[in-house]
Amino acid sequence: MASITLKNIVKKYDDGFPAVNDISIDIEDGEFVILVGPSGCGKSTLLRMIVGLEDITSGELLIDGERVNEKAPRERNLAMVFQNYALYPHLTVFENIAFPMRLAKGKFSEDEVRQKVNRAAEMLELTEHLERKPANLSGGQRQRVAMGRAIVREANAFLFDEPLSNLDAKLRGQMRSEIAQLQRSLNTTSVYVTHDQTEAMTLGDRVAVLKKGELQQIASPRELYEQPANLFVAGFIGAPSMNFLPGTVQRSSTGSTVLSTPLGEIELPEETARAGEGRDIVLAGIRPEFFEDAATLDSARKARGSILRAQLSHTEWLGNEQYAYVPYENDPRVAEALQNLAHEMDADDLRTQLVVSVDATSRVRGGDTAELWVDTRRIHLFDPATGENLTRDAEAGAELTRMAAEDRKRDAERMAGQHN
Amino acid sequence: MTATADNVPAEQRSRRDRREVQAVKSDRAKDEARLGWLLAGPAFVIMLAVTAYPIAQAVFDSLFSYRLTAPDERSFIFLDNYILLFSDWVFWSAFLVTLFITVVTVAIELVLGFALAMVMHRALKRIRGPLRTAILVPYAIITVVAAFAWYFMFDINSGFINKWFSWVPGISAELDWFANTGTALTVIMAAEIWKTTPFIALLLLAGLAQVPDELLEAARVDGATRWQLLRRVIIPNMKAAIMVAVLFRALDAFRIFDSVFIMTYGDAGTEVLALLAYRQSISRLEIGLGSAVSVVLFACVLLMCFIAVKMFKVDLASGTDTGGAQGGGEK
Amino acid sequence: MSHTAKSRLGWIIVTAVVLIYSLFPVAAIFATSFKTPGDLGNQTFWPTSWTWENYEMIFVGDAQGLFLSALRNSIGITLIATFIAVVLATLCAYAIARLNFPGKRLILGGALAVSIFPVISVVTPLFNLWRTIGLYDTWLGLIIPYLSLTLPISIWTLSAFFRQIPWDLEQAAQVDGATQWQAFRKAIVPLAAPGVFTTAILAFFIAWNDFVYGISLTSTEAARPVPAALAFFTGASQFEEPTGAISAAAIVVTIPVVVLVLLFQRRIVSGLTQGAVKG
Repeated sequence: MASITLKNIVKKYDDGFPAVNDISIDIEDGEFVILVGPSGCGKSTLLRMIVGLEDITSGELLIDGERVNEKAPRERNLAMVFQNYALYPHLTVFENIAFPMRLAKGKFSEDEVRQKVNRAAEMLELTEHLERKPANLSGGQRQRVAMGRAIVREANAFLFDEPLSNLDAKLRGQMRSEIAQLQRSLNTTSVYVTHDQTEAMTLGDRVAVLKKGELQQIASPRELYEQPANLFVAGFIGAPSMNFLPGTVQRSSTGSTVLSTPLGEIELPEETARAGEGRDIVLAGIRPEFFEDAATLDSARKARGSILRAQLSHTEWLGNEQYAYVPYENDPRVAEALQNLAHEMDADDLRTQLVVSVDATSRVRGGDTAELWVDTRRIHLFDPATGENLTRDAEAGAELTRMAAEDRKRDAERMAGQHN
Repeated sequence: MTATADNVPAEQRSRRDRREVQAVKSDRAKDEARLGWLLAGPAFVIMLAVTAYPIAQAVFDSLFSYRLTAPDERSFIFLDNYILLFSDWVFWSAFLVTLFITVVTVAIELVLGFALAMVMHRALKRIRGPLRTAILVPYAIITVVAAFAWYFMFDINSGFINKWFSWVPGISAELDWFANTGTALTVIMAAEIWKTTPFIALLLLAGLAQVPDELLEAARVDGATRWQLLRRVIIPNMKAAIMVAVLFRALDAFRIFDSVFIMTYGDAGTEVLALLAYRQSISRLEIGLGSAVSVVLFACVLLMCFIAVKMFKVDLASGTDTGGAQGGGEK
Repeated sequence: MSHTAKSRLGWIIVTAVVLIYSLFPVAAIFATSFKTPGDLGNQTFWPTSWTWENYEMIFVGDAQGLFLSALRNSIGITLIATFIAVVLATLCAYAIARLNFPGKRLILGGALAVSIFPVISVVTPLFNLWRTIGLYDTWLGLIIPYLSLTLPISIWTLSAFFRQIPWDLEQAAQVDGATQWQAFRKAIVPLAAPGVFTTAILAFFIAWNDFVYGISLTSTEAARPVPAALAFFTGASQFEEPTGAISAAAIVVTIPVVVLVLLFQRRIVSGLTQGAVKG
């Protein structure tokens, strides 16, 4: 168990390109931190610097307050689960799990080794497979062996490098929850790299979003979702992605504030409007789930939002939910900014269409002109030039992250209670 | 790893084809077999003709007392040639010298070759090309030329080694390296090691390249020291490559001929089996006795193969054979 | 930063050691080939004065008869043997990689067995047989046994190469409108050619290197190749060692080898490792 502190970490390669640029993160003992971002954002490099497989160009890495920049990986007492599991093909499952203990010659008796391996195997439901070679295991079992190897280390921290990316979707979901439970029950500090925002949101106590080697925001999943720091975080977190609708804040003669968009006017709460007022153009960040088919709502809820009338191009019915798509003419003033954003997120060109989540029972169809209700209180406004979130409530955000930390500590106490 | 990946579809394909053959027993399958042998046949027949026939003839000849200079006196003496051979110290000396050369050179080459392979494996891209080129020179050079090069270096008249290393105890201007067994074998083995280490190194390099980097990183994180990394991860994962390299080289070393012929012609107690066979049959035209030596040499090589395959489970056909089981590959 | 400087120095040293290891004996015989008869006895590495004398001796002087005919024999026999071996091995490897027929493993196993065969064990009967049927001391008498040296490795190397060719391309090309012959020529030949070429280089090295057959199955300038001829060099007088002439001749036959290595090192390495191990 240990805390990990990254202080202004920089990684520059020989060509001078900074793969990781000035990143500082404090990881508390027992915390599960996710590093997430599109490919090439430096998340894997950062993880490999923590474990010692990459040199740190500048900055300081502390484990439990002790500087470890110069230490070899084996001196850091960390355990890592690799993307391809890195199981030793010549060893049985048992010996694979026992491997770290075998390396520490004389530190463990044969009995101890057996006991620890068996306990880990039990935890991971590998007991029947202990004598098999990795080549004869399924993807999920290999994944478990890799975790078993990490468990027996009693390492200061677990590091995961995209451990689920080689599994199929169904297994991924299952392993995801297994990893979450395991981490909670062992209460071991964990750093987990992924490009998959679902993994990030479901696993992390806190999630660090990286872009081009720079830390965009580190916060609890809920804070990232509700109070994103900028356009990139807002777009990267959440699926389907947040819609970015260009518009200008205007004050009508009656004193109410509206956002004038290519799809018509949306009434804005006073506070939101004030943040965007006086600007030539802003991007309104509206998540698909902020919308609803007005026809399916009661009047009380309807009153708390604004109504848009728009023609749908097509709809997708998924059983538990339904998406409707609304094309619109993009504003040339923001086209480039959105193009860049799509590029940074590793996505194809952003289509200029609104993705709208409506109730599964809604009967809107492609071609219809529907009345769409939007929850205006949750709309964020972004500066298209800088990407900055103009309406971010830092205090509310911090509160969300504080709550997540409390939840984690409560979990840990509950676990400790069970063990005693 | 590519080997494994490449093999999978091939394996599947051949399996599927086999099913088809069984199910249909079609003319197409027969045609394919005919075409296969039509294409592969000539090469196969020539290889067999130039080796199988002569070795059978050699076994036959070895049972006769047969001198080419006196063909009329040829007579069947059954195993007398072998009895003569096995009771003669000349044969045993040649046998032991051959064995000694084989063991020593292969052992040294393995260590040296491994070091070279490591150097090439870890070298930066920029110097990998030049290193490979340099290392290929000894491999590709004619053995006889290499033997002369080493011979001239150590020669008592023209060589510079005696002068350069005169400060080493035991080496002086008067030292004739080729006059006694120990020093002569040293130079012969040095030449042999110099020439063939690159081959081992290249085979080991191919083996090294198949140990995934991720495995090494995992072991480092798991707490392995450099030595543990080598012993517990690298070597076990390239065991197949090591065994094949050792076997190939051992078989090759056991057939040593060129260097000894050039440097000492078997004098000073450096006679080896191949040279003994050559001298009996080609120089002295004692076809019967010479054939017996040839057959013994052949038997030794077979025995080495047999031991390697049966006891050390060396899969010589691994990887290049579609049906062959692939060891190790996990992905 | 001192770390990288140190490792750079380390690499320079390692590279230097490997270069010296690989090239030192070659440099030694190269230097010797330029020594005057006087220099040959003075135990130095470099000649005190450089001379073409030794090369003159083997190209236009006393050793001319011995060397030039041997060089002609070596080149002719080696090239012919290499060519035949590569053609036969290409057909054979194609069949092994592409077709399914009983006896495939037998052929591969047979090739392996032949490659570990001690040459000296078969040379005596061949010597006898060649004398009987008149192949002794002829080009053909060497080309045939050279095939047994070059065919096995050619078959193995080419089989490995051919297995990696995506043969589906042939069908894809046909679907795209090529005739069967066009498909083979445009899609397969360009992919197969590098492998065939590499195999030819390896086969050349092996045939070029032969000594046992060369010395056993020839007796005159009619067919004796260079490695065998080197052993028959004599000095200008009985008491003079032919060191200079041998060195010069050795350098001449090493030149093609070094040129091939310089030009094709990458391919040679891939060919060698592909045919031999894949474990």
